[in-house]
Amino acid sequence: MKLPAIVHKFSSPKNFYVMSGKMIPWFMWGFVLSLLVGLYYGLFVAPTDYQQGESYRIMYVHVPAAWMSMFIYMIMAVSAAVGLIWRIKTADLMASVSAPIGAAFTFLALVTGSLWGKPMWGTYWVWDARLTSELILLFLYLGFIALQAAIEEPRNAARAGAILLIVGVVNIPIIHYSVEWWSTLHQGATVAKFDKPSMHISMLIPLLVMATSFKLYYAASVLMRARSEILRREQNTRWVKEIIDNES
Amino acid sequence: MNASVQTPSTLSAFISLIKRDLMLSYRHRNELLNPLLFFVIVVTLFPLGVSPEKQLLQTMAPGVIWVAALLAAMLSLDTLFKSDYEDGTLEQIMLSPHSNALLVLAKIISHWLVTGVPIILLAPLLGLFMFLPGEGIITLMLTLLLGTPILSLVGAIGMALTLGLNRGGMLLSLLVLPLYIPVLIFSASAVDASMAGLEIKGQLYFLGALLVLSITLAPLAAATALKISVE
Amino acid sequence: MTDAVAGLHLKSISCTRGYRDLFTNLEFELCPGQVIRVEGKNGSGKTSLLRIMAGLAQPLEGEVLWQGRKIHHAESDYFQNLLFLGHRAAIKFELTPVENLCMAKSLHGSKTENGIEEALYQIGLYGFEDIPCAQLSAGQKRRVALAQLFLTQAKCWILDEPYTSLDVNAVSMLEGLFAKHLNNGGMLVITSHQPITIPAGEQRKLVLPNTQLEPLI
Repeated sequence: MKLPAIVHKFSSPKNFYVMSGKMIPWFMWGFVLSLLVGLYYGLFVAPTDYQQGESYRIMYVHVPAAWMSMFIYMIMAVSAAVGLIWRIKTADLMASVSAPIGAAFTFLALVTGSLWGKPMWGTYWVWDARLTSELILLFLYLGFIALQAAIEEPRNAARAGAILLIVGVVNIPIIHYSVEWWSTLHQGATVAKFDKPSMHISMLIPLLVMATSFKLYYAASVLMRARSEILRREQNTRWVKEIIDNES
Repeated sequence: MNASVQTPSTLSAFISLIKRDLMLSYRHRNELLNPLLFFVIVVTLFPLGVSPEKQLLQTMAPGVIWVAALLAAMLSLDTLFKSDYEDGTLEQIMLSPHSNALLVLAKIISHWLVTGVPIILLAPLLGLFMFLPGEGIITLMLTLLLGTPILSLVGAIGMALTLGLNRGGMLLSLLVLPLYIPVLIFSASAVDASMAGLEIKGQLYFLGALLVLSITLAPLAAATALKISVE
Repeated sequence: MTDAVAGLHLKSISCTRGYRDLFTNLEFELCPGQVIRVEGKNGSGKTSLLRIMAGLAQPLEGEVLWQGRKIHHAESDYFQNLLFLGHRAAIKFELTPVENLCMAKSLHGSKTENGIEEALYQIGLYGFEDIPCAQLSAGQKRRVALAQLFLTQAKCWILDEPYTSLDVNAVSMLEGLFAKHLNNGGMLVITSHQPITIPAGEQRKLVLPNTQLEPLI
């Protein structure tokens, strides 16, 4: 299957660099605004939970971070597959520069999860299905980052990383399902506290705003990382030299 | 992959590769002992480190034996592609007109025969060390029979990715161990359940499904990864 | 395809190592009966070029065509017609020459085991068939690998430093074999630090990083 020429044209490092430069400020402002709105409504406006009191408010960081951890892994796998199949350099790049951000969100989800666990369970760590899955996801991210770091040739690093990501994506549902199954086998009821079948709309809206805000942050930061990586990889090309001359 | 090369000669290449690898393993047979010794020693450490109490060891047995098997299987991966990579045989395999994935599968099969099968055969001894009852030992062997090929298949992908890298060994464990988790969960719980007299069909079906999935996909992924590694 | 070449066609191949260019826009055709000698200093990319031609490595840009089709789309056809011998001889020291050659033959698609003894005789390993390769000298190990040249049906030979650790007799015998191969419509790409004198074929040389082929007289 062939991609239309326009895709290749748009995805050329130079075009990507120019376009992303224009997009970053929009994402950044969107992020800051939605973050302020989301935090305000989440921390001050949303009602107190009748069971957990105020401590549930950490959810406004924890849940979006956990969503992002999965979302970024999927983005990485898709763009790595695109890079592998159609040999689009910027797609490879997106996968590799996304990884530290994804790992950071995963780590954030783990930390906030365990902080939330303290008032709920009386301990910072419980072998709860979601926390365990999140921990394994962190291992997958770290494995990818370590593999990328170990391979010197950037093209080979991208291709090897792509295979690992695809294998990972096939495995994530299996791992997730087995951990879930294992958890119900061993502890049963404690997990159910996390699932709220219905959430009041006044609690839900700030959550969605925060989720949007995190996505905008990801968009801005991934493009910033991609731009600096493009400059490094294309340092010998004419257009990069021109940019450097213009800016200095 | 056109029809003309899928005829008997692919099969004969497949079989002669298995035969050759088995012959090579036979000529290096003392090396094969190392992962097995590792397997036994790791399990032996638990009574020493925790307590020789029968009740406690029995509870831990399925998990401990399976974790040890997991680690032994991972360590044994080292011999899977390394010598072929170093002497250039891997290049010739990649340049073969036969399907690379099938040839890689042949290598994995012969590797499993010389590393996985001995682990299965040694398991009853370790079961005895850990006071596993009879039905527990039988289930342990069944889960190992279904599980160790998965470990070899999935491990082959990790090995193929880290081949030729400095310090590839540590990286391999980081890549492969998280992927082994489902096998560990279902196998250990099957042994647990059988000791409690419960049904274990569900776990075995799941392991079987994982085995089928990994036989179909892992050789493809490993062959693609090997292509990158020989480059 | 209109521009189908009855052999190997390299189209504007560029190759880098790390961020450094080795060669750019390399373009040539290799037709039946032709030889290309690849020369250049250490690190000029000779081996990289040979590996790209064999399909083991991917060029940064450009493509390699076999009979007008990209080699990655015609893998089984190309690989049946290709014999690549690299620095590493793909010889297992634990196996005897006969066992090694059996494996090489079955990997490359032929079913039969006949001809192996004959090939070992031709290459000068008569009487060593059943001795593990570990006990052979470096030159003899090289000969085991080169014995494949007597067995193969491949039209395109890509040989990286085949003369390494061979003695004078072996070299002249190989050159005779190359001449026969070329006269039968074969193709040859070869690198060597030693002088090459092949008494047949249309010969050209490529001195990297220069990308122009020069005729050899």
